[in-house]
Amino acid sequence: MPERIKHKPIDEEKVKHPKAEIHILTDQCKGCGFCIQYCPKKVLEESQEINARGVYPPKVVDEDKCILCGFCMAVCPDFAIFVTEKQSEEEAC
Amino acid sequence: MVEELTHPFSKYLRSAMIPHIWCPGCGNGIVLNCFIHALDELQEDLDKLVVVSGIGCIGRTAGYVNTDSFHTTHGRAIAFATGVKLANPELDVVVISGDGDLFAIGGNHFIHAARRNIGIKVICANNFNYGMTGGQQGPTTPAEAYTTTTPYGNIEPSFNLVHLATASGATYVARWTTLHVRRLTQSIKRMMQKEGFCFIEVVSPCPEIFGRRNKMKTGLEMMEWFRRASVVENFSDPSKADITPERIVVGEFVNIEKISYEKLFHEKIAHINEQKVNW
Amino acid sequence: MSGKKALLTGAHFISGDIACAEGAITAGCRFFAGYPITPATEIAEHLSERMPEFGGIYIQMEDEIASIAAVIGASYAGLKAMTATSGPGFSLMQENIGLAVMTETPCVIVDIMRGGPSTGQPTMPGQQDVMQAKWGSHGDYAIIALAPSSVQEMFDLTIEAFNLAEIYRVPTLLMADEVIAHMWEKVEFPSAKEIKIVNRRKTKVSRENYMPFMPENDFVPPMACFGEGYHFHATGLTHDERGYPKTQSSEVQSKLVRRLCDKINNNADKIVKVQETMLDDAEIAVVAYGIVSRSALSAVRKAREKGIKAGLLRLVTLWPFPEEQVAKIAEQAKAIVVPEMNCGQMTREVERAAKETPVAFLSKLGEEPHTPMEIFEEIRRNV
Repeated sequence: MPERIKHKPIDEEKVKHPKAEIHILTDQCKGCGFCIQYCPKKVLEESQEINARGVYPPKVVDEDKCILCGFCMAVCPDFAIFVTEKQSEEEAC
Repeated sequence: MVEELTHPFSKYLRSAMIPHIWCPGCGNGIVLNCFIHALDELQEDLDKLVVVSGIGCIGRTAGYVNTDSFHTTHGRAIAFATGVKLANPELDVVVISGDGDLFAIGGNHFIHAARRNIGIKVICANNFNYGMTGGQQGPTTPAEAYTTTTPYGNIEPSFNLVHLATASGATYVARWTTLHVRRLTQSIKRMMQKEGFCFIEVVSPCPEIFGRRNKMKTGLEMMEWFRRASVVENFSDPSKADITPERIVVGEFVNIEKISYEKLFHEKIAHINEQKVNW
Repeated sequence: MSGKKALLTGAHFISGDIACAEGAITAGCRFFAGYPITPATEIAEHLSERMPEFGGIYIQMEDEIASIAAVIGASYAGLKAMTATSGPGFSLMQENIGLAVMTETPCVIVDIMRGGPSTGQPTMPGQQDVMQAKWGSHGDYAIIALAPSSVQEMFDLTIEAFNLAEIYRVPTLLMADEVIAHMWEKVEFPSAKEIKIVNRRKTKVSRENYMPFMPENDFVPPMACFGEGYHFHATGLTHDERGYPKTQSSEVQSKLVRRLCDKINNNADKIVKVQETMLDDAEIAVVAYGIVSRSALSAVRKAREKGIKAGLLRLVTLWPFPEEQVAKIAEQAKAIVVPEMNCGQMTREVERAAKETPVAFLSKLGEEPHTPMEIFEEIRRNV
């Protein structure tokens, strides 16, 4: 097994990683759990607050860990979750 | 976490009909999601798109997409779509229907449309039973599975849909599960840009009705079956593309070039009208 | 016959099936999907040759069910579309005829009636499908059915069928019998400018506000087609004016089904056509249609020669049934004779409309339509 050498990118400090904004349409969610289960970074977990449909929608655990892969959005059968890129602080003003 | 924005795909959906009728964990919503995602990436001209569906839970899809759409009688979506495509070959005609609608009652129409290579695109949500009517056996119900009409376990062999589509003459044949959302979206994109009869089978969870009777009572359990058992074997022999509890063979099986029926027909018309008629 | 892209004009000696096919093309039909079945096959064969000459589509589908489904699809995509069949195929098509009614699809279905039931006598005439024309599909609905009685009418009424289908957004049936379909007669084809062609009413509403099943005052909704940018939905499920399924509302069901029936029944005065011969002072009226009406005309003439005041009411429209016209002659006539090549179908409608006036039904099955002598004898029996 070849040794895995982890390099740190030279410009890691300078490059800005996109920040995610996760939007959950809580009352549209039917509680299937696909987004929670298949998020590669485990950003979501089941919320404790029941929604209007009587199920537990997801809630965000740590939005900073989201890598904007969009899998939650793609696998949601109910169009109840989507991710956008957060505008950086400099651009927001 | 903010809630004021609308979902980016809202414009593809008829807002008055959302939320849809499908159960929690049903794969139909994912099929719809991937389809819309493909349309979005292609920047498809929605004025040119016609979505046709048959009877069944997945048949409700035509009512949810915000395009010209038609919900036909059971099994006849492909025959209807043939009429549409021939009448106006400029239209992109997509049939989205279920395993029973397309392969039991609609089986004859499927094989002939594939044989003719009419340029319609077919997406089949295969959930192994007739979900809308309560979970009866269908032509894709696996061996030994329990359904409301096979209370002692299914003894009928199930159809291998990709094998059938290939043998009938489709120019593009693929199978994915609802877990393979990205590959499914790419397949749909590829299909939309292809000439001739194209077919994508989407292995889809029906937890409330099929799954519950077969020891997979949530959508997650069915998706876990897909995750455990799926193996991507692109361009492998479709006749060996099984779906069993241990193995779900997915991938693209056929991607060939073949002139479409509507093109052949219009070439023929042009040819006849240039020639003089001899009586 | 002339070749490419020329509509027939002038006098021609042709068969009923060919006249029907030519009538379709003249009416603007540019899509035919069918399946071979005696005695309608000649329509398909002729159109397989003629349709492409006009840039139209001909396709032989895998069965009759596929044929009518493709016709509905083509109609929604903007073409005038037709199929032709006989009894067994007509039975197969019923579910989708219901779909055409429910989705208000203009289309023409030709049924060349043969001996039934089941496979029956494929090469012999019959009039056994006329009730099926009205009641064949499940559910409550109204439909238009025409009965040609000559090769000329096979041409004229096919054009009329297309016009009615387009005006009322309803599948229109052409119920001909095998004799009319296969006989050869001289037909006068008028020039194009003498023929009235009607096209479906288009919507004037903007895309955002368009509702595919919002009727105008005559119960008929204007029609948009696929590809025009209206993004509408049509379904065989009970639906509201927007076309969206509404399967849980009694109000929507009631409104829709009644409108589909009213659309035809309340416009019957504009749709129904009959031909009256010697009825002004008739004491015995004969009500007939199709090939039988030809014998009936001879019989009525013979009766007049013999001093019997007989008259003929020929039904050109079978459905909606010409109730008013039958009721009117029933008031003056002592008896009504209805000869049919079946076991009693339209005669029931005549009885219903005629009320107290006795109706004598003359049945005949098999290869030969009623002879004039047979009908004359029946007239005489009822004097």
